[in-house]
Amino acid sequence: MFRNQYDTDVTTFSPHGRIFQMEYAMEAVKQGAATVGLCSCTHAVLVASNKPASELSSFQRKVFRVADHVGVAFSGLTADGRVLTKFLRNECINHAFVYEAQLPVSRLALRLADKAQVCTQRSWKRPYGVGLLVAGLDETGPHLYYNCPSGNYFEYQAFAIGSRSQAAKTFLERKFEGFNKYTPEQLIKDALSAIKETLQGEKLTSSNCTVAIVGRIEDGTAEPFQVVDTKRIQAIIDSMEAAEEAPAEPSSMQEEDKGSDAAPMDI
Amino acid sequence: MEEQKWDQSMGGFNAASRSQMAEAAAGGEESQRTLYPYVTGTSVIALKYKDGVIMACDTGASYGSTLRYKSVERIKAVGKHSLIGGSGEFSDFQEILRYLDELTLSDHMWDDGNSLGPKEIHSYLTRVMYNRRNKFDPLWNALILGGVKMGPKGAEKYLGMVNMIGTHFEENHIATGFGNHLAIPILRAEWREDMTFEEAVKLVEKCLLVLLYRDRSSINKFQVAKITTEGATIYPPYSLKTFWGFSHFENPAQGAVGSW
Repeated sequence: MFRNQYDTDVTTFSPHGRIFQMEYAMEAVKQGAATVGLCSCTHAVLVASNKPASELSSFQRKVFRVADHVGVAFSGLTADGRVLTKFLRNECINHAFVYEAQLPVSRLALRLADKAQVCTQRSWKRPYGVGLLVAGLDETGPHLYYNCPSGNYFEYQAFAIGSRSQAAKTFLERKFEGFNKYTPEQLIKDALSAIKETLQGEKLTSSNCTVAIVGRIEDGTAEPFQVVDTKRIQAIIDSMEAAEEAPAEPSSMQEEDKGSDAAPMDI
Repeated sequence: MEEQKWDQSMGGFNAASRSQMAEAAAGGEESQRTLYPYVTGTSVIALKYKDGVIMACDTGASYGSTLRYKSVERIKAVGKHSLIGGSGEFSDFQEILRYLDELTLSDHMWDDGNSLGPKEIHSYLTRVMYNRRNKFDPLWNALILGGVKMGPKGAEKYLGMVNMIGTHFEENHIATGFGNHLAIPILRAEWREDMTFEEAVKLVEKCLLVLLYRDRSSINKFQVAKITTEGATIYPPYSLKTFWGFSHFENPAQGAVGSW
């Protein structure tokens, strides 16, 4: 009821202590096409579902390499995402220039979060309308962070954002405890299964998803962040479907919690 | 915050430097650059050995030709993984230690499992030295940065140097000042991969002795330091035995011809 009175700009609190403009920005994330991230103790994987704007157009690119050791995938206003990717790349390059070393992922996520926070406290700015999944490798292992338009960021074992991401999250909640021991192949498989949950019956093919992986293999060599080749993805999808021939698991399709007036889950 | 530190070490814009610049612009130009060094330390030598890196130097600081200070520590530990040794203007070395202190402090406060290794610190110092040089306001030092850090493929030893004009490189054995002329030839002939600590100390002492005999700004009080995966150890100062009983020293004027 009072929502519309206090939502004119981001520098106004509501009587219940909420900043509606920030919450509206987080809604924009929920409208974007789904993105999923997973982490094991050696690798981190990002999968984005490719939704073309129309039948005639190509899909929006949502997975970007930020540096050799880190990449992002985002949901929401992809234009904002592009601009933030440029910022992240700059941060990584500047650090590498001074220290000749890779910027640790947690410190990169912090800089992004601090930048996002600025936009929530200036009357002449608006929050970024994009949620980013930052996946990277540093000396403490692989990490996955979720950066929110509010300026918050959290580390995750696995996470999903965007439209119908709840279905993916439910799938991940069931399986995440085993992720640390996964091989990269298993990680990609589960990431694809999670994205599949968000497709709502549509068939998963290598052309409607983008997969990227970064990690460290057994002998200590780092595998840089790169998008996985479509042929390999199709092969993995085919092997997944072959395995599913036996017991077909009913996918839990839950309706997304939209428009509730309860305090927002800043997740 | 790291940008602020960067600015500071670049002689960045703050109230103090703005007033200096205003003064310069007004015509009362006081040179604020390092023109000559005043209190200087002499050679530092370092080499990689089996467990890490060993570094040594004397504990003297000269004021021109006077051996003014005799208990100066010119090798310090930096962070968890490195040692820095400096020759040249001692006040600039202290300033560098202050910058490194800020760097390592904020790195430590992150408490996220990542830490600055010797390579990062060497690279940072290179940027500082080179940028200061380009402003005609150098830090008048030659710095040796050595350390060991555990990487994904085991312990990685690192030894590098950077000087006041920003020249920097990595090597298995490094020396500054007179050490370049007197110690490096010895190190080139006798350094081997995987020396034990005792062998490394012997080699280092051999070099230090030559420097003591031949470098007039060196004193007979040395400090040896080592850095391994267990951390840094700086040993207490000690002196080396010297021999001056050469017959020529006994009656030095013997061969001199004079009319009075």
